[in-house]
Amino acid sequence: MTMKVLVPVKRVVDYNIKPRVAADGRGVETQGVKMSMNPFDEIALEEAIRLREKGHASSVVVVSIGPQAAQDTLRTAMAMGADQAILVRTDAALEPLAVANLLKVIVERENPGLVSMGKQAIDDDMNATGQILAAKLGWPQATFASQVKIHDGKAEVSREVDGGIEVVNVSLPAVITADLRLNEPRYASLPNIMKARKKPLETLDAESLGVDLTPRLKVVNVSEPPERQAGVIVETVDELVHKLKTEAKVL
Amino acid sequence: MTALVLIETEQGTVRQASRSAISAASRFGDVDVILFGDNAENAAKLANVRKVLHVTNLPHLLAEPAAALLATLAENYTHIVSAVSANSKNILPRLAGLLDVQPLTDVIEIKNDDTFVRPIYAGNALATVQSSDRIKVLTVRGSSFDPVAAEGGNAPVETLGAPGGYDKSHFVKVEFSHSDRPELEVARVIISGGKGVKDAGNFQKLLEPIADKLNAAIGASRAAVDAGFAPNEMQVGQTGKVVAPELYIAVGLSGALQHLAGIKDSRVIVAINIDPDAPIFKVADYGIVGDLFDILPALEKAL
Amino acid sequence: MTQSKIDDNAIERDEMAFDVVIVGGGPAGLSAAIHLRQKNPELSVCLLDKGSEIGAHIVSGAVIEPRALAELFPDWKERGAPLNTPVSEEKLLYLTEKRAISVPALHVLMPQMDNRGNYVISLGDFCRWLAEQAEALGVEIYPGFAAAQLHIQEGRVAGIITGDMGIDREGKHKADFTPGMILSARQTIFAEGARGSLSADVIAQYNLRDGIDPQTYGLGIKEVWEIPKEKHRPGFVQHSFGWPLDAHTYGGAFLYHFGENLVSYGFVTALDYSNPWLSPFEEMQRTKTHPAFRHHFEGGRRISYGARALSEGGLQSLPRPSFPGGVLTGDCAGFLNMPKIKGTHTAMKSGMIAADAVLAALEHDRAEAQSYQDLLRQSWLWSELHAARNIRPAFSKWGMHVGALYSGIDSMIFRGNAPWTLRHPHADNTTLKPANKAPKIAYPKPDDIITFDRTSSVFLSGISHDENQPTHLKLRNPAIWNDVNETRYASPESRYCPAGVYEADTREDGEKYLRINAQNCVHCKSCDIKDPQQNIRWCPPEGGSGPNYSSGM
Repeated sequence: MTMKVLVPVKRVVDYNIKPRVAADGRGVETQGVKMSMNPFDEIALEEAIRLREKGHASSVVVVSIGPQAAQDTLRTAMAMGADQAILVRTDAALEPLAVANLLKVIVERENPGLVSMGKQAIDDDMNATGQILAAKLGWPQATFASQVKIHDGKAEVSREVDGGIEVVNVSLPAVITADLRLNEPRYASLPNIMKARKKPLETLDAESLGVDLTPRLKVVNVSEPPERQAGVIVETVDELVHKLKTEAKVL
Repeated sequence: MTALVLIETEQGTVRQASRSAISAASRFGDVDVILFGDNAENAAKLANVRKVLHVTNLPHLLAEPAAALLATLAENYTHIVSAVSANSKNILPRLAGLLDVQPLTDVIEIKNDDTFVRPIYAGNALATVQSSDRIKVLTVRGSSFDPVAAEGGNAPVETLGAPGGYDKSHFVKVEFSHSDRPELEVARVIISGGKGVKDAGNFQKLLEPIADKLNAAIGASRAAVDAGFAPNEMQVGQTGKVVAPELYIAVGLSGALQHLAGIKDSRVIVAINIDPDAPIFKVADYGIVGDLFDILPALEKAL
Repeated sequence: MTQSKIDDNAIERDEMAFDVVIVGGGPAGLSAAIHLRQKNPELSVCLLDKGSEIGAHIVSGAVIEPRALAELFPDWKERGAPLNTPVSEEKLLYLTEKRAISVPALHVLMPQMDNRGNYVISLGDFCRWLAEQAEALGVEIYPGFAAAQLHIQEGRVAGIITGDMGIDREGKHKADFTPGMILSARQTIFAEGARGSLSADVIAQYNLRDGIDPQTYGLGIKEVWEIPKEKHRPGFVQHSFGWPLDAHTYGGAFLYHFGENLVSYGFVTALDYSNPWLSPFEEMQRTKTHPAFRHHFEGGRRISYGARALSEGGLQSLPRPSFPGGVLTGDCAGFLNMPKIKGTHTAMKSGMIAADAVLAALEHDRAEAQSYQDLLRQSWLWSELHAARNIRPAFSKWGMHVGALYSGIDSMIFRGNAPWTLRHPHADNTTLKPANKAPKIAYPKPDDIITFDRTSSVFLSGISHDENQPTHLKLRNPAIWNDVNETRYASPESRYCPAGVYEADTREDGEKYLRINAQNCVHCKSCDIKDPQQNIRWCPPEGGSGPNYSSGM
């Protein structure tokens, strides 16, 4: 089987960093903040690499859409095991719709049999790009995957749904989005990081791909969430239960 | 302006979160609802609903045909809304892709017809965004909006058929987890213990009976997990599971910042702690200062 | 130990050879790397850092003197070095509990403290910039990998071995186990910062401290604040001594306005303090409430927190800096100039001199870069440390008041050339008095506006530790903790640790024990330094663990 797997990866503020809202309310500070690969994308990449290792795929191509520095994320991806990388360079903060439109162009160019991507990025938490891309391509989708099995040109995917697991069978090519429990991604080991320096990384200009990148959303303001206020101290258990029933209405 | 709300049922009745979505959508104007599956009669009884669109031939709600059907209806509406759920998160962004609009997910506040507030960075920031799309596709958080009444309405039901013949995606099966206890991420009520619970035996003896009565999940602080009172997967907090139940009961845990970061989206927090200066009281809606070994048995009796 | 040795032999390790391997991506290591490639672009130079990225583990005040930078890159301004805030006004305050007395004519009385021509920077950002320059010159930089062991062959250091990744809490290999790699080198440059763990091994292995004074350290704890624009005075620099420390404890606070409405505030406590009840963290917190400090913070928000030990010993405590196969640079050797409260320019200079010595050794194929010592002695770095050498020990010897007086005399009259040299007689782990012979210190509770507790502080350091890994902090002998730390000194580690790693607790049966929250560790190394019986073992955790200091640190 010669299927190529395409894995889009996003460079985001590292999940260990407590995000700080910029004083001017324009967004969250990213200047001088540690950036890493979006954790869900790491899982999607791990799954793609495993599919190649099991012989279901011939190669893994990673693509990142972002500033020049996103090439660090691509190098990490190649150190984990991706074979080649594409950087779609832009300094604009793009919305999932524009990202999906750019990815569609990359898919048409690379012709993968599967797009494996994270279910959401931990910065905008939108959880939409995979679904939009699948719609744009007219491909089936299997979101929130916790297990993927490939056979006979199909993917049997276990999906995390409310209160359980749903299994769907989708024909390839398809878009699969990874949930947290799909796998535990491997380390980028030092020897592999060294080797990844020599793997091919192609840079394209986002503006040159003929995609309308105009944002549909205007950020009016970004603020800190209101802090919880201290409530009341009650004296007895009965009083507590009474208040939970009548006042808070949670019992 | 008219909104279409995708609603879901649970054991025959319309989910509370769906009723919240209807109330959220009522801000935009008239509300039609669309239901895939059975129990349209319960949907017809909902308050604030103009019309029920009932789709009978798509019981498993696969995203591809569902989004395709919604796309054919979309031009009649200014807003297409659903409560956040595994299904809506699967379907609505796909619909947005078909309509070439940018969806808005996880909305917690509606400022006006085109301006919405949604959490970003795992709730560490709130973004207010204005959409210029002709049709707004959004998922809203159920807990952020008061639900409409389940009874009292009398909307007409119109039956629709989804386009057939889609064969690239098939439902195989669904398995619901049969654990007696709900999982932390989805539990309506959580009771969590900290170092003050003193040992693993007390977790069982004191927390479990209350969890049983409330159908609650049981969580633990990092200190309790580190001390071996509870397994890793029970850890609630920034480094463990981030939770947002209706009711969070914190027992004998002081409220380390990492822990508070993981529970701050809970609707109601109750703190039980012997130390009146414990930071958990700064975020608790209700607190009892006292010995948990007296309070928990009393609480179990009172429930 | 034996077990791990056996395992080590069984593991097959990848090996990669370089001309030079540099351990540590701070100012010393990066300057050495840059200087090497500037002088010889053919050399293969590899630099490792245990932080997840360059800058992730960097904490410093920081006011930088640009002297060494100007030597490394005469065109540093054109290259966009992030030195954006020149020092504009400067104060040195002697504090009493309620008052502050400003030391007049600072540049005459304490010429070391004169900061005209210097810049307030974020050292983390500066290191990120240095790393970009180094990479552009062809240095291979690998953050996220800890150098865990020396690679020794035929009696000389022949490189290092990186840490194994993917070992669980019990020491078993997880599915993603990845063995460490041998990075072999003709010369290895150690630039690990104060109390580096491999530097310690090298110093022990080659007896580099023979005949010199013990190193003495300080613990610096720092916060970065963002304050209202109208209160911001870019380039404002304030140092204080006196309250809240007693006259026999060396230390003080710093406060600098820099960048975009940022304030760098911190407190350094010398780790030769004697009162086991002292808490450097709480001293740092309460100093903010002093009238000379408080108003700087009002209306602002704290955005970052970190801590790091620094070497204070100066010339008297410098180990022999070269050994077969490598050299020590920067603060792991101890090049910091304490009276100046500056170590960046000295670290950079030592790295550059080390690079010259290493180049000479490589050229002549010598095992040891012996010219390092001579080159150091001929440099301004040596003259500077020589002139400053008596000031820090004078404070230990005579306390703050006489120490301050002496330092004025030493600087003004002798201009650093006094015909004597004061010694550092004791290592910092030997200076504690028994708890029952020392006064308890009542620290105020945090107000959560200006002052905070440890937990909320550590939260702002971006800390990351996979919890399922072997703890990197261990008691060599747990019984010693009960007999010495707890019984004699009332668990001083639970106070000096700025990250709340150590908590004395009582078991059900009433027995006291030390709980170690290793995942909170910000890698400051204080426990490695101050533990009375040197019973706490600090070894590098999995690479990429530890704090992730953001811009501003």
